[in-house]
Amino acid sequence: MKIHEYQAKQLLKNAGAAVPAGIVASDHHEVHKAFHSLGKPKAVLKTQVHAGGRGKGRFKGSNKEFGGVKVVSHADEAREVAEVMFSFPLVTKQTGEHGQRVSKVLVEEPSSIAREIYLGLVIDRSIGLPVLMASAECGVEIEEVAARNPAAILKTAIDPDRGLLPYQARRLAYELELKEDQVPQLEKIMTALVRVFLDCDCSLAEINPLVVTTEGRVIALDAKMTFDDNALFRHPDIEQLRDLAEENPAELRASKAGLSYVSLHGNIGCLVNGAGLAMSTMDIIKLHGGEPANFLDVGGGANKEQVTEAFRILLSDDRVKAVLVNIFGGIMKCDIIASAILAAFQEVKPKVPFVVRLEGTNVELGRKLLAESGLKITTATDLTDAARKVVAAAKQESKN
Amino acid sequence: MSILVDKSTRVVTQGMGKAGLFHSQQCRDYGTQLVGGVSPGKGGTTREGFPQFNTVAEAVRKTGANASMVFVPPPSAADAIMEAADAGIQLIVAITEGIPVLDMVRVMRFLKDKPCRLIGPNCPGIITPGQCKIGIMPGYIHKPGPIGLISRSGTLTYEAVWQLSNLGLGQSTCIGLGGDPVNGTSFIDALQMFQKDPQTEGIVMIGEIGGNQEEQAAAYIKQHVTKPVAAFIAGRTAPPGKRMGHAGAIISGGSGSADDKVKALREAGIAVADSPADMGATMKKALK
Repeated sequence: MKIHEYQAKQLLKNAGAAVPAGIVASDHHEVHKAFHSLGKPKAVLKTQVHAGGRGKGRFKGSNKEFGGVKVVSHADEAREVAEVMFSFPLVTKQTGEHGQRVSKVLVEEPSSIAREIYLGLVIDRSIGLPVLMASAECGVEIEEVAARNPAAILKTAIDPDRGLLPYQARRLAYELELKEDQVPQLEKIMTALVRVFLDCDCSLAEINPLVVTTEGRVIALDAKMTFDDNALFRHPDIEQLRDLAEENPAELRASKAGLSYVSLHGNIGCLVNGAGLAMSTMDIIKLHGGEPANFLDVGGGANKEQVTEAFRILLSDDRVKAVLVNIFGGIMKCDIIASAILAAFQEVKPKVPFVVRLEGTNVELGRKLLAESGLKITTATDLTDAARKVVAAAKQESKN
Repeated sequence: MSILVDKSTRVVTQGMGKAGLFHSQQCRDYGTQLVGGVSPGKGGTTREGFPQFNTVAEAVRKTGANASMVFVPPPSAADAIMEAADAGIQLIVAITEGIPVLDMVRVMRFLKDKPCRLIGPNCPGIITPGQCKIGIMPGYIHKPGPIGLISRSGTLTYEAVWQLSNLGLGQSTCIGLGGDPVNGTSFIDALQMFQKDPQTEGIVMIGEIGGNQEEQAAAYIKQHVTKPVAAFIAGRTAPPGKRMGHAGAIISGGSGSADDKVKALREAGIAVADSPADMGATMKKALK
């Protein structure tokens, strides 16, 4: 689960990190007021969207040349710019061509930047520990730095029970060649970042950039946090920070039903049990000349209601011209999936062809239920047969 | 020979709720020595012929259990794993999906100096066909034979087993590593065991997007594995940045893509199937 910059900054601030003074606004009038409240000659208006690349983005349909981060020098200018920000979707290289509607703008005091530093925390799978990374190379993608000049990234592994030890923070600060009075400030921010990561179960926490201002202040200029979905059950306060407007409605609906769904770009709907098999199903459809419309893992313990809901979600996408149901039953029993398919058919009355391939626990019973239903379902034996049939069905349906 | 589990393995189930009970019965029907269940508060009772214990320690004392199958739900699963390790269980098979990653980070540190192996979590389990099944896989698709199978997936593994069995290539042991980013057993751990196992003549590896385990395994195979290896990597069509079901299946920061893994495996001389339908056939060809 992702959160906005202003929310991440609040969490960091609560943990003792220095962030720029800022006020979050929900419309252009509030932006106007916020500019006054800040009491500075200039302010930075920052659109709050999850997608990156805000600065280089553009407001679709506005005919304006400014991006999602804009410096303004007057309250009226703030209001005018904000009006555009709230009225037109922001298109960045990460939002897709439709862009993202903005419902919050962070009005921040501007910072005079002397230095930029990258600070990030992720779990390093190969050692099974969170790792704090710091780099003097900033402004570009950290992955690019990692590929080109790995030595430029300083790292220290974090003990999940002890947190960031003072000597670890000191070491990074001195290796980054910060001045004496800047070292304790950086330590404080690093400690806060690690504290939030561990206490709130983050999967990613980044301050990019962390800046040293011309006055020698060390502050988190931007903040990004992603949370471990598996841990949200124990963080209802973090769950509250979710922005539903940033989520794909179908993915949200699926997640509410306990399903795993990712929307893609093709026209062949997939319903599969198991993430690896679901990915392979997408792969084999593509291999045989088709395009998957989605990834959908109905899971091991899915019940009739979940499967029916999965069908509804799949079929609500009108790009879908054919559906492949590929079930290999372990926990998921083939007779349950067959009953669910039949129930879904009665409820949803699909207009598109279905190809169903079953194998595994209670397979004979499952196949029997489908065969005796009298419904127009094409059955397939193995994976290749299933892929060929559904690709052909989608092509045929596209012509009709 | 097989690895890790056989006829003599004695298993307790931690968390005998609906799913735990169902699969305990399935395992027992398959022939596994499933000697009891651990459910705090239910100690002293019997459920469907399984004696129930309050703690793993009590279960070990009274049944001689040396393995456990964990179905405990996510909020308490990490604790259950640590309890089993502390009670002297040597093989812990964690089926549970949804354990917070930081919990697993803490579990792995706890297990570091203990003489036990964890498989999973978020895995289908481990099976030595004809001898012992600890997990949720459908037993009937497996046959005893010479192929060792290591996989991050569940149902995709069954697909591979089905193909292998139909080609007359039975399995020595199949290990499901699970789909989580931090887990108990890696490809390299399993490869090491299969390389040493006299019954195993060929090894199938099933990987997916996320992390760089497969790349590390490729380097390991080049140096240390003499038996033929066939592989398949799921997720060549997965978009970057999106979690594809498994907590560990995500292409992030430019790394963990299926193409990179396929490339690393091929460069190490490993046969990689392009289609999931050809996993069995690829192994058969590599054995020649």
